[in-house]
Amino acid sequence: MALSVDIEKTLGDFHLRVKFEAENRVLALLGASGCGKSMTLKCIAGIERPDRGVITLDGTTLFDSGRGVNLPPQRRRVGYLFQQYALFPNMTVEQNIAAGVRDRRRAREETAEAIAAMRLEGLERKRPHQLSGGQQQRVALARILVNRPEVLLLDEPFSALDSHLRFQLEQELRGAIRRFGKTVLLVSHNRDEVFRLSDEVAIMHDGRIETTGEKKAVFANPRTRNGAILTGCKNVSPVEAIGERRARAVDWGVELALPASADGVQYVGIRMHDVRLADAQGEPNAFLCRVEETIENPFSCTVLLRPEGAASPIGWELDKERWRQIRAERLRVCLPPESMLLLKE
Amino acid sequence: MDWFPLINSLRIAGISTVVIFFLGIFAAYYIAKAPRAVKGILDVVLTMPLVLPPTVVGYLLLRVLGPKRIIGAWVLETFGLKLTMTWWSAIFATAVVIFPLMYRTARGAFESFDETLAHAGQTLGLSNRYIFWRIRMPYCRQGILAGTVLAFARALGEYGATSMIAGYTPGRTATISTTVYQLWRTNDDALAFRWVMINMAISAVVLLAVNMLERKRRTRKEAA
Repeated sequence: MALSVDIEKTLGDFHLRVKFEAENRVLALLGASGCGKSMTLKCIAGIERPDRGVITLDGTTLFDSGRGVNLPPQRRRVGYLFQQYALFPNMTVEQNIAAGVRDRRRAREETAEAIAAMRLEGLERKRPHQLSGGQQQRVALARILVNRPEVLLLDEPFSALDSHLRFQLEQELRGAIRRFGKTVLLVSHNRDEVFRLSDEVAIMHDGRIETTGEKKAVFANPRTRNGAILTGCKNVSPVEAIGERRARAVDWGVELALPASADGVQYVGIRMHDVRLADAQGEPNAFLCRVEETIENPFSCTVLLRPEGAASPIGWELDKERWRQIRAERLRVCLPPESMLLLKE
Repeated sequence: MDWFPLINSLRIAGISTVVIFFLGIFAAYYIAKAPRAVKGILDVVLTMPLVLPPTVVGYLLLRVLGPKRIIGAWVLETFGLKLTMTWWSAIFATAVVIFPLMYRTARGAFESFDETLAHAGQTLGLSNRYIFWRIRMPYCRQGILAGTVLAFARALGEYGATSMIAGYTPGRTATISTTVYQLWRTNDDALAFRWVMINMAISAVVLLAVNMLERKRRTRKEAA
């Protein structure tokens, strides 16, 4: 079930231009709100019409502006899980799920099967507003799955839920995705969700896909400043090259040894947990820093370190116990070159 | 007591409400989707009868439906049917006057509809007709019902345009409102008072119904 998308759409001064393919895997579109991820899903589902481009699903053309093809959403076989689930408020759980069964004659038995599979027994005659957020999501998923879609589009699947519900629902969604076994597109701004649920990641910014690849590769090397921030890198500074593999980090006021050529590098990033205490003398990228502030998290500490004359501090996240052992007013820390992210705009 | 005016009023109001129910919803549905400029113009035109004096509506109707006017003459010639001065002539008058009520309440209801529900229905393969009647209409039901009841009540009370286009012929075109006027004019105060009481009773029931619908809608919204 290969999905291939190559579309353009202009809305006011927003310009969407995306191109990607996905086959029988979970591809996550990771981006800040307003970057065009939801718009992309709507174009695939046929709810929005792209200005130009081609969308094909497993050999079937869903949209092709050149050939004048634009299948209505009804014929695209796309399962769309909306942010607020879009359950029909005037229908019971049972009726909502039955509405998704394409073969009317099998509506009764398929609905019963889906209710059992999604553990919704006892809720058949309830209406959507009587359900918890988690139950609503299960009903919405059941309704989509009985519809037998060829591709699943998940639009911020947990944004409507309280955080303590998310973990369990994420396990359920993971199970549903595995059983589904075809192409899934997941739209999210939450890097943890994306990392846990997807196989591949495409980082979106301002209507474009900046970086795409296997999730581990993308998280290890997000390539752009936005990619670094979206994958959770909190320390990013612009740099000026001063040698073949050396650059000056403008915000931190320090000179850095880079793991590769400084050519074309506009920013460097280092994840908060990759900062470490400097050990040997003469170690590269070790600086004396003033401890500006210590922020306590539930299970760790974030220490803000300011090198001499720096415009903004570097965050370091470490175990609480470890911080208790080494805490001081001034510390020599190291930004290991091998952990450095080399980034472009 | 001759009950004809009551029956005549009810059938005129009933028929015009049924017609306007569909016309109003149809207009509201398509105009809600129209581009902004078109919407603005159509809104003014379609709401006009709500603020025009009923005599102006009656005048305009006679201008087109009168036996010597464009439509009236054509219908008379082709079908041998006179469009004015029959009991059903009043339906034209009430329909024009109540159309804006139905149209505006239906449009308000449609505008509050959550379009993602329609999108969800489409991606599930449900036909647009199914989505309209089984999802959109039930969602907007309270507002549309309230509009229908209000339109019916207004139709029942229509006087000006009705008296111009249907006149007052006892036992043929008389409605409650035209009867009250005639009885008062001929000094039959007792009978006029009786019709006034009947009219007020009907109006009270209708307004109670509207209030109940409104309250139901509000509690539903809160529960949701």
